[in-house]
Amino acid sequence: MMLIDPHTHMISRTTDDYEAMAASGVVALIEPAFWIGQPRTHVATYIDYLSSIVGFERFRAAQFGIRHYCTIGLNSKEANNEELAEAVMEILPRFALKEGVVAIGEIGYDEQTPLEDKYFRAQLELAKELDLPVMIHTPHRDKKRGTTRSMDVCEEHGMDPGKIVVDHNNEETVREVLDRGYWAAFSIYPSTKMGNVRMVEILQEYGANRIMVDSACDWGISEPLGVAKTARLALERGVPEEQVRLVCYQNALDAYGQSGQMKEEHWLNPPPIDQRTVYEGNSILRGGRDPLVEDSGSKQHRRDDLIIE
Amino acid sequence: MTSNNTQAIIEIENWLQRRLSNEQWHWLQERRELNGNENANRDLHITLGLIPRKLGRDDLELSDSELAGANSARKNWDPSSWTVDCAARMLVLAQLADQDQAGFADVLADLCRTADLAESITLYSGLPLYPASAKLDAQIGEGLRTNIRAVFESIAHNNPYPAEFFDQNRWNHMVLKALFIGSRLAPIQGLDDRANAELALILRDYAHERWAAGREITPELWRCVGRFATADMIDDLERVTQSDINTERQAGLLALSQTPKGVADQRIAEILAKFPTQVEQIADGTLTWDTNH
Repeated sequence: MMLIDPHTHMISRTTDDYEAMAASGVVALIEPAFWIGQPRTHVATYIDYLSSIVGFERFRAAQFGIRHYCTIGLNSKEANNEELAEAVMEILPRFALKEGVVAIGEIGYDEQTPLEDKYFRAQLELAKELDLPVMIHTPHRDKKRGTTRSMDVCEEHGMDPGKIVVDHNNEETVREVLDRGYWAAFSIYPSTKMGNVRMVEILQEYGANRIMVDSACDWGISEPLGVAKTARLALERGVPEEQVRLVCYQNALDAYGQSGQMKEEHWLNPPPIDQRTVYEGNSILRGGRDPLVEDSGSKQHRRDDLIIE
Repeated sequence: MTSNNTQAIIEIENWLQRRLSNEQWHWLQERRELNGNENANRDLHITLGLIPRKLGRDDLELSDSELAGANSARKNWDPSSWTVDCAARMLVLAQLADQDQAGFADVLADLCRTADLAESITLYSGLPLYPASAKLDAQIGEGLRTNIRAVFESIAHNNPYPAEFFDQNRWNHMVLKALFIGSRLAPIQGLDDRANAELALILRDYAHERWAAGREITPELWRCVGRFATADMIDDLERVTQSDINTERQAGLLALSQTPKGVADQRIAEILAKFPTQVEQIADGTLTWDTNH
């Protein structure tokens, strides 16, 4: 089954992860601009980070036959450094129109401070001006109220819920997010966000409409195979295949495809210019072939193989 | 450079006008007229960002006469692999370069700093149309250091700039890097003219490294060795003629047939004598570096 992981921070991941994701069926992924664990204190480092996710990281992903997209934004944590935030806001329009940028994001609240609120709103306006979808990061703490507030603010700014993905949902937030017409994303992230057993239960209760799963894998202890493992578990536990396809592939494509920057043909039948540049030297995605699926033991096999050539 | 650019701009305008809808062409004209406005820098970024969204990314597929037009506007300029968005962006950039020759390299460096993959390729493939300067030279150095093969090739391949402007060190390292990253040498303009003794030495050492590691060597490597081969390289070239792979054998023979007179004439004649058919083909021009693939 072809999979899309619509939330990954590959800049923090190794080539082993890319290899494993490709083998699990991931054909495309989305890398939201976010905090990198260590606060950035200069706009210049922020610029280089954004350049990496629109440039080099796309190239790196393509070497494994994976199509890389990203979202551009000022995250809620760093919105609290006002000097940095002002400077970042100035350069965002420069990045928001780069190839493969599918949304403004991930934006929203962390501790729900006035500065977070100010820059969240400013970026909603930018998304509206550039006609881009939005990816919302809901806060880890005070999540339920933070999620409600995020949607209230979107509506205050006249945003269309159909172009907004609310991410990091759980059992407590999903009902309201779906009822209000937003896309609801779930991050399968050990210990702090969703587990995939709970995820399968949510699918059994709510169905697949406007729901998507992602791994949100980053610099922390996280699982780049979150989407693949959830898909398998869901199938094993009797979720219909079509529903699994929706939450692990199609819904992400429909939501972020509204940017005009993400199309199925990019991995099924890449345009000639991409075959010459992005995928040069990589046969996996050329000519619309299905992604190469290795047996699940290949990584273990490699660990045991002492020969490096 | 200015008069050349004027002609180049006219050529690009013609290519685009033939391929774009009226609506697309008018949009591009409007965006070009924003040049010089108060918010020119912001407008420039938005224009460059919007171009592929508005005009698409199809291959231009220039006709022979259009390519001939390119070559007469700027000698050896080769836009045969350009796309519509690449051409439209280049139109905007070439116009900027004409308006402000002294300041253009700063604009280019700034654009390169935040470029996505397709933009990087476009920015560097436009080198033949930019006014040469020390700052431009430094930016090309940055471009060559990329890890992204397609960006490297936008400088190295089908581009007259390196042969015209690179010093020997940069030239040699560009050729070596092309081999190192698995890129081809044939599309490098001026490859034979710019061959030199130091490059021959570097490539021979590189071949030894590859052999020691048990890795393959592309037959193209020997193209830059033959004319500058020294006596101690003849063993290496002989080894290449003994390869199991036909193109490698032929590369060894082509290189040997180009060695300077007086290096090891007797020895070379003995090796070549073992391959009468290929030697004849080399003599009558049916086997050349360009046919050996």
